[in-house]
Amino acid sequence: MSTRTVTMSVNGEQRRAEVEDRTLLIHFLREQLNLTGPHIGCETSHCGACTVDLNGVSVKSCTVLAVQCEGAEVLTVEGLAEGGVLHAVQEGFHQQHGLQCGFCTPGMLVRSYRLLQDNPDPTEEEIRAGISGNLCRCTGYQNIVKAIQYAAKRLKEAQSVSA
Amino acid sequence: MNAPNERSAELAGIGEARLRKEDARFIQGKGNYVDDIKLPGMLFLDVVRSPLAHARIKRIDTSKAKAIPGVLAVLTAEDLKPLKLHWMPTLAGDVQAVLADDKVCFQMQEVAVVVADDRYIAADGVEAVEVEYEELPALVDAKAALAPDAPVIREDIADRSEGAHGPRSHPNHIFTWEAGDRAAADAAFAAAEVTVAQDMLYPRVHPCPLETCGCVASFDPVRGELTTWMTSQAPHIVRTVVGLLSGLPESKIRIISPDIGGGFGNKVGVYPGYVCAIVASIVLGRPVKWIEDRIENISTTAFARDYHMSGELAATRDGRITGMRVKVIADHGAFNSHAQPTKWPAGLFSICSGSYDIPAAYARVDGVYTNKAPGGVAYRCSFRVTEAVYVIERLIDVLAQKLSIDKAEIRRRNFIHREQFPYTSAFGWQYDSGDYERGLQKVLEAVDYEALRAEQAAKRADPDCPTLMGIGICTFTEIVGAGPSKACDVLGVGMFDSCEIRVHPDGSAIARMGTINQGQGHPTTYAQIIATELGIPSDRITIEEGDTSTAPYGLGTYGSRSTPVGGAATAMAARKVHAKARKIAASLLEVGEADLEWEIDRFQVRGDPERAKTMKEIAWAAYQHAPSGEEHGLEASYYYDPPNFTYPFGSYLAVVDIDRATGETKVRRFYALDDCGTRINPMIIEGQIHGGLTEGFAVAMGQQMPFDAQGNLLGNTLMDYFLPTAVETPHWETDFTVTPSPHHPIGAKGVAESPHVGSIPCFSNAVADAFAHLGVTHLEMPHSAYRVWRQLHASGVAL
Repeated sequence: MSTRTVTMSVNGEQRRAEVEDRTLLIHFLREQLNLTGPHIGCETSHCGACTVDLNGVSVKSCTVLAVQCEGAEVLTVEGLAEGGVLHAVQEGFHQQHGLQCGFCTPGMLVRSYRLLQDNPDPTEEEIRAGISGNLCRCTGYQNIVKAIQYAAKRLKEAQSVSA
Repeated sequence: MNAPNERSAELAGIGEARLRKEDARFIQGKGNYVDDIKLPGMLFLDVVRSPLAHARIKRIDTSKAKAIPGVLAVLTAEDLKPLKLHWMPTLAGDVQAVLADDKVCFQMQEVAVVVADDRYIAADGVEAVEVEYEELPALVDAKAALAPDAPVIREDIADRSEGAHGPRSHPNHIFTWEAGDRAAADAAFAAAEVTVAQDMLYPRVHPCPLETCGCVASFDPVRGELTTWMTSQAPHIVRTVVGLLSGLPESKIRIISPDIGGGFGNKVGVYPGYVCAIVASIVLGRPVKWIEDRIENISTTAFARDYHMSGELAATRDGRITGMRVKVIADHGAFNSHAQPTKWPAGLFSICSGSYDIPAAYARVDGVYTNKAPGGVAYRCSFRVTEAVYVIERLIDVLAQKLSIDKAEIRRRNFIHREQFPYTSAFGWQYDSGDYERGLQKVLEAVDYEALRAEQAAKRADPDCPTLMGIGICTFTEIVGAGPSKACDVLGVGMFDSCEIRVHPDGSAIARMGTINQGQGHPTTYAQIIATELGIPSDRITIEEGDTSTAPYGLGTYGSRSTPVGGAATAMAARKVHAKARKIAASLLEVGEADLEWEIDRFQVRGDPERAKTMKEIAWAAYQHAPSGEEHGLEASYYYDPPNFTYPFGSYLAVVDIDRATGETKVRRFYALDDCGTRINPMIIEGQIHGGLTEGFAVAMGQQMPFDAQGNLLGNTLMDYFLPTAVETPHWETDFTVTPSPHHPIGAKGVAESPHVGSIPCFSNAVADAFAHLGVTHLEMPHSAYRVWRQLHASGVAL
């Protein structure tokens, strides 16, 4: 099986590694970089447990080859907190009981992060549509919606303080 | 000294909406699920599966797979035979092929396993194994299983006239189970003013947790010890089973359930993949990981339901039910490996008289083999309770329609009344407590039921109305918390559960339990019970579960048994600690134990509250100088054998609007009132109810596992199998009443499964109610747009 070297930024850190051509990004992250936050819940790109941020877009890392990420910027759940301070979406999920078993949570958080980057003031309908690529079997989504609304509010407050 | 209310608040005990302690690791990507485990030298196992549902294996050629660099071993039934591990016992008194022995009996059955350096090479190896099959006719229709000319599925037991649950009448017959009084029920029907009958299929569905099943088996050949991390809802009983299979003493086996990404019943059983990974690790002397993919998960590891039910009610003309009869053909697939208490082949199905005072009742379930995957687990419910609640809650609506009685009113006329508890049903169950009228009344008022019925009548009168409006009601009673060991066991082990509490010198504590969390919030809620019992702040209590080498033996978490059984064990262990703490306090304060009274977090001298010892002070003293006659330390364990099941109940109401052009059903409103007795953490309860309602919505509106005539499962990926997204999922309104269980130490009944059990018939009742004025009494689940659209056409109301 042929291999090649890939270089990418993962959570702000330059990573360089030898991968097989066929290695999926999710396996590269989990098994070569030991970033086990993103999970695998299916093989058809439906569940979204493997969601990461790739060059500013949410992607399902089970459907991206590692070699496609040459020179890319990748963000996983492990990169959301900064300087030991939780990101507002992480805080929101905790405060609003937006998780139960926790398996969908890393993908859901990274997706929520991108959703709020793209649309800082989403309606409930926009939130529900925005996370519809991520399945949760435990919460029924109601508290996830509340968690994202909580995060949106916190991010807005933080922005008005810094302004 | 802080005021009592402040000290009480600091505890965050029972009743507090305490935020979850376990969230921190999950929101930072630091959970530890089984596929996150990585051991030095670890290998990966993948499974060769049958493409056919019923076939004889003519030849297996593993040579090409073995030639692939990085493939270490390929195992077939022939390799397991010398170890006598090619078959394994099931929890239901049957045997199941670990790897297909001579023939395959369901599509995707395990035929061989490939062990390789990594998961990619293992998958290459699976592709390279050649298997030649001779196809046999497949038996798919459970109702045809007992026909004289039906294909014989289980040749290994075809000639046995006796099964684990009594006589067998046919090679495909597993058991016949009866409950209630047949003669009394027949007499009620013979004398009835009115009878109704309805056939209904509870389709085969799959629990489909977001994390699939898997394990990492690691045998240490030097120490002779086996450690296996496993997505198990019942790690202790798995250890016992592994001991039986492997011949290793249980003291050399350690099963660890790490973080589990949802269970819902899917992770109770012992699957061939686990056995093969353990064998491979023992044979190769290296750790072996097996993680199933989603297709394997849906296709093979434990379906639920598949009950073909025929129900009847006898009643008076004014709607008072006088008798009930139910017959069921239960499709158990190719091996009887359902996960129920061993003596209960149809689980607790005879709770099917529901919330109603029915004087005579009879139920019969015939279990049969078909060429489908084995299973029959309790998918977010107590054993077969979902099926039972469905049949009675549908039948009472059918009766209401026949008699033109309002669907809320007919329930009121038949409820077991508050003053009748404890109540013994015609099937012999002793309902612990209930107050059904109060819950239903609260719901009807909250939604303004009369206005809804008026709106429905107006819409029915308008031929141009683009929608059909349906109102569904479900007033269910569950039976959970299995269970009293005199009635319930798994392979002979009584279904108790356990807790062990150690209070440390600084007054913090650790508790270990026989149950295992899968997202229900155990680390948070068990601590709250101990906080209230012992006056130790919840934040200073650590909860540990899932490691059989450290936790006391317990039967695990399924069938809503954690709170009824594990929670009771927790309270009782805490009370033993409390009793010892009282002795220490009496010694420290130099008074008699009877002179002490407990106050939130301390013992104080009666009449002189300034003289007191806090639990924190007592903990330190317990390690400093034990009172005479007492051991040092402050700890206790308790194995709780429940005296009875608990009977949570609820009243649900759904309003749906069906598009007459497309058949799409929109859930306008769903109001769920639950009574789970004492409420430990309202935030977690609400979260559990949201989740259960969503799973119920999925089952009622979209989930099914259909098969074609050859036994091919039509849809085993998330492309076909319906898991609702945030877009389809309705908004949920929740409410509650509190009717404590009289026999549970803190009065709690368990809650997480009620919303699944109760919502499914509520949706079906709403959809059927939308067609009620057209003479329709029943539509089969799932209520997909296509099926509803067909009914719109059949009823002549399509637009």
